[in-house]
Amino acid sequence: MAKKKKEIDDRFKKFGIVSFTGITKVNDFVEFLEQGKVMGMQCKGCGRKYFPPRADCCHCLESSMEWFEISGTGKLVTYSQLQYAPLGFEADLPYCIALLDYGEYKVFGRINKELPEEELKIGMEMKTQAIKLPNGQLSYEFIKA
Amino acid sequence: MGKVAIIGVGQSAFVRGYPGSIRELAFEGFKEAMNDAQLTVKDIDASIVCSAPEYDKQRSPAGVFAEYLGLIPQPTCYLESLCSSSSMGLRVAYSLVKSGLHDVVAVIGFQKMSEISSAESQERMGRGADIQWESPFGTMMPAYYAMYARAHMEKYGTTPEDLALIRVKSSTYGQINDKAVYRKPVTLEMFSDPESPMSGPVASPLRVGDCCANADGASCVIVANEEKAKALSDKPVWILGLGAASTAVNLAGRDLFTGLTVAQEAARQAYEMAGVGPKDIDVAEVHDCFTIAELMAYENLGFAEPGEGKELIRSKETYKEGSIPVNVDGGLLSKGHPVGATGGSQIRTIVLQLRGEAGDMQVKDPEIGLVHNIGGVGLYGNVTILGR
Repeated sequence: MAKKKKEIDDRFKKFGIVSFTGITKVNDFVEFLEQGKVMGMQCKGCGRKYFPPRADCCHCLESSMEWFEISGTGKLVTYSQLQYAPLGFEADLPYCIALLDYGEYKVFGRINKELPEEELKIGMEMKTQAIKLPNGQLSYEFIKA
Repeated sequence: MGKVAIIGVGQSAFVRGYPGSIRELAFEGFKEAMNDAQLTVKDIDASIVCSAPEYDKQRSPAGVFAEYLGLIPQPTCYLESLCSSSSMGLRVAYSLVKSGLHDVVAVIGFQKMSEISSAESQERMGRGADIQWESPFGTMMPAYYAMYARAHMEKYGTTPEDLALIRVKSSTYGQINDKAVYRKPVTLEMFSDPESPMSGPVASPLRVGDCCANADGASCVIVANEEKAKALSDKPVWILGLGAASTAVNLAGRDLFTGLTVAQEAARQAYEMAGVGPKDIDVAEVHDCFTIAELMAYENLGFAEPGEGKELIRSKETYKEGSIPVNVDGGLLSKGHPVGATGGSQIRTIVLQLRGEAGDMQVKDPEIGLVHNIGGVGLYGNVTILGR
């Protein structure tokens, strides 16, 4: 009897313009993006919130985690607009990478392209939203709150 | 247990498009260090080969180099912490010697970046950050450091001109360093001249002139225990302090964006071990992969208070004649930054300074020098304090 080929859960390769890894224990992150939600992970043991999501808590060595949704607004910590891109991202230029501070955790990502760099101000309130990219990939971006 | 010394230093010229293979490149730094220390290969008990991976195709370069450099059958291994690989190599060599396991160890750093294109190399460097959660957004080293620059400007009023002044200082010394890849003069005016390549935007607020160039290069530092150092060398430079630290790879895991915590922590350890403070440092090499990185180093090493790094460069205190000369060999900005070779080159500069052999770049009579070498975007930090 032929051995049944084990199915590989590589959903994570759908995350980002270019994905560099397809397999992770937090693959459901991609499922949530599909539903329009950006999710982080919270440790059931110590209650610590993690973004980016992680399958294991290094503080209490627990691997019992649950998803929570990134909601509300975060403050813009810092940002930079790229005029030169690494291999694979040239067609996107110019684009702006940034960091938002939600208090209990921070989120690294990109700012929506409609928002001009001149309107950005460190400390401004922004929101994180899930997006579908033109090439069918999934991601998230920051917009004005 | 006795002290540990550096008895030989060498580096290749840092160049664009080295016309040879990585083993041949490594030979250039090794040969200069061996001649400097007046050793033969039989004097070397072990070697550590340092680089950042994936710029060339060779897996496990340590064995290849050991054979090419005549260092077999002695043990060898490969070690990496991105751009601070060879400072981390020095740290491991120190412990091998201090433990008594070996008497003399060679730390060989190298990188041949020209085997891939500039965009490919930005992609490689970007993958020195978090490939699962950051790289999918199209990140690269200049953009990460630009985020630090933006935060520093916002909090402390540092200006793009302050950063340009650091590049101007760098070029002052790059022009007289025959190992440097960029040896042309750079003026402040070039940063506001749209015709000048220096003013070209890369990742706001950083411009081309704020960024170091990729280069091919190799370095070598030979470390010995006290007994061997005294027997083999009439000009040993002693390792007085070593500090090293790491932090969250993803910026989301960090709290400070106006400085590098790894540099603060590594400096604290190194000062404590050496029993000295920032005011005791007579000459320093800092990791100026970008102008903002040098400015933050002034503050993280305690040469200036947080936010006051700009005053040091405005008043030219970090020039050769100033109170704390920094990167008077042109730094990474002028020498170029062959990742794995960089730390060894910085160490070489400080060793030559302490011996009084730095030629036109010589600072007046230094006794204690410091090397600040950072890996990734402040992911790894190494601070090394050396003395006569």
